[in-house]
Amino acid sequence: MDKIWLIIQREYLTRVRKKSFLIMSLLAPLLLAGSLVGIAKFSGSSETQVVAVRDDSAQRMLQHLTATEEVRFVPASGTTLAGATEAFKKARPKQDALLYFPPSFTLDNSTGIQLLANGNVSLNRQSKIRKAVEKAVGELKLSRSGLTQTTIDNLKAKVELDAVDLTQQGGRKNNVGTTTAAAYFLSILVYMFIFIYGVQVMRGVGEEKSSRIMEVMISSVKPFQLMMGKILGIAAVVLTQFALWMVLSWGLTTLAAPLLMKSDVKSPPAAAVAGMQQATTYDKAPAATATASDDAAVAPTAATTSPWSFLSGLPVGTIIGGFLFFFLGGYLLYSALFASIGAAVDDQTDSQQFMFPITIPLILSYVVSINVIINGDPNGPLAFWLSMIPFTSPIAMVMRLPFGVPMWQLLLSGTLLVAGFVLTTWVAARIYRVGILMYGKKVTYAELSKWMFYKG
Amino acid sequence: MQPILQALNVRKAYAQHVALDGVSLDIPERSIFGLLGPNGAGKTSLIRIITQITAADEGEIRFRGERLKPAHIAEIGYLPEERGLYKKMKVGEQLLYLARLRGMSRADATERIKAWLTRFDIKPWAEKNVEDLSKGMQQKVQFIATVLHEPSLIILDEPFSGFDPINANLIKDEILDLRDRGATIIFSTHRMESVEEMCDSIALINRSRKVLDGPVSAIKDQFKTQTYEVEGKGRLMVMHPDFEVLEHKERENGHFYDRIRLHAGTTPNDLLRYLISNVEVHAFRELIPSINDIFIRRVRETMPESLVEPVSA
Repeated sequence: MDKIWLIIQREYLTRVRKKSFLIMSLLAPLLLAGSLVGIAKFSGSSETQVVAVRDDSAQRMLQHLTATEEVRFVPASGTTLAGATEAFKKARPKQDALLYFPPSFTLDNSTGIQLLANGNVSLNRQSKIRKAVEKAVGELKLSRSGLTQTTIDNLKAKVELDAVDLTQQGGRKNNVGTTTAAAYFLSILVYMFIFIYGVQVMRGVGEEKSSRIMEVMISSVKPFQLMMGKILGIAAVVLTQFALWMVLSWGLTTLAAPLLMKSDVKSPPAAAVAGMQQATTYDKAPAATATASDDAAVAPTAATTSPWSFLSGLPVGTIIGGFLFFFLGGYLLYSALFASIGAAVDDQTDSQQFMFPITIPLILSYVVSINVIINGDPNGPLAFWLSMIPFTSPIAMVMRLPFGVPMWQLLLSGTLLVAGFVLTTWVAARIYRVGILMYGKKVTYAELSKWMFYKG
Repeated sequence: MQPILQALNVRKAYAQHVALDGVSLDIPERSIFGLLGPNGAGKTSLIRIITQITAADEGEIRFRGERLKPAHIAEIGYLPEERGLYKKMKVGEQLLYLARLRGMSRADATERIKAWLTRFDIKPWAEKNVEDLSKGMQQKVQFIATVLHEPSLIILDEPFSGFDPINANLIKDEILDLRDRGATIIFSTHRMESVEEMCDSIALINRSRKVLDGPVSAIKDQFKTQTYEVEGKGRLMVMHPDFEVLEHKERENGHFYDRIRLHAGTTPNDLLRYLISNVEVHAFRELIPSINDIFIRRVRETMPESLVEPVSA
């Protein structure tokens, strides 16, 4: 045990003292803080696209198109379509697209509408414009059928859905956006860390083998001690790095918080101005102004509390505990396999063929999990099985964590993961033991499986 | 005296071949022991069993009469044939690390590292990475790492390969010094002549079997051929009932060189008396077979001709 401890110390210290470790530790939080600031700055003011409208029909569509946060409609200048197109081209980039209603356009024949733009208009933007037109046509049809504008307004049902998570204490409201973001972020962190540091274990073993220090080491310590010492030492490096990132990110974002606030204080007048412009042009505008100023009023309060306030509503304790456990479990499981590859091959370039079967479950579990958990049902049967199988559970379970996972599943998956890494460590140790003193031999899978059953 | 290390009927087989077959050895304490044999004879396999890197399939190794166990690692120092150190680690730290893995305390190790580095003139390099050192200095560091924990048994696999002549001599002196201070040293090598003069006893291994072992002097006595080299001036009678001239060379001015084998019952003094009374003797020397010669002879005796492996010199 003393010896493992010495090995852990060496593996840890040599890596932590490296310049690259320092750079990574400082750079990553800066990037994270930077992107948080960026998100906070730009997320509120997602760009409003301006669409010029040329209406050759008798419907006076411009008056009926409702401005939203995303789309605003202005009249196109010029007397003909060609003129309007020319004017639009001149007006760019203030105007994003030109919407054209042909003379043939009526409420019952709503074909032939064209959207002209330089280059392609993204599907997302197209659908927003289409919806605005659909809404306008629908309302016009209603009013044609004899309903007054007030009746129409009264008929509109405005529903807001407050999703409440019953598994959380007091039935806290949840926020799908934050939950999804957290799921993405945590699982990609697990994926990256397992991969990056697993490969480090492999290269560390390869280095010992190629520098021929292995025989000296093995005459002092058991191969298993050497392997576990390396794996655990590097695990300690990961945890240190992670802790540094957390502390530095927290510090940096706290420092950056005042900056965020200032930028948000500026925004209300801007929003109000935008609202007033709309008010002068369109009769539906007062509603828009109201929402804009509401948003503006909410934003600064959110920013003053903390840049991390977006985390509220998530089971943070479980997420951090679960993340650490499943990350460590996954790392131990995979890094043992990486270590055995490092031991089996002479040359780093030969390691590719053996890395393939290890990286496949890692990559698959990430890709499949995104589809099944984030885009599908986080508690469905496939999600359940993905988060139980030890090879996929580190990523799948971490991805499920922000959505809330029943405790029995966490415990079961945790137990299976421990069993999984005990098994892979056992297999890896047997391959490792033989491989580290084997030089100049091209290794095959058949050979590896034989090594597992060598005695002594 | 009890041998420091005993191998009893050790057998080790790998998937395709038998590396050691019924090898028994006694290695006397405070001696230099040569484990000799051609490449692939099984020397390294035996050493790996002694250093507990692998285990024997059959038989056992006893260290001071006890069955070999992990605690003995601290008493053994091993310099493998394949030398290696962590390239990106500082010399001092590396030595400390290796010493502590062999059970030394930090304080003891630090002190001894200082002493050894001073002794080998590489103290200023203690804070340098190993990769920044010259080959010769790396070899010194490697040797220090082997003996730092003052093992009572030091195993050196191909000790002088890769050492330049100056370092080889330095290491030779250190080895003799260590022996005088009580350590036992095992040399394993296929270059028999490189260690012949240093070894107290040897074992010859060929094709996974021990073919011969014992003190060097006894082995040489056993393999003496009663052959003498004579140089002198005059005319030597070629036919004589007591001895046989194996080789005769005439040189200028009546000088000659002869190789003469005594017949049983004749002593060197008889030959000398005969020579003195007949010719002018310039040199008279017994021809002692080298270990290499003995090895070849022994292998020829015990095995069919076709099985004798060429011994690389």
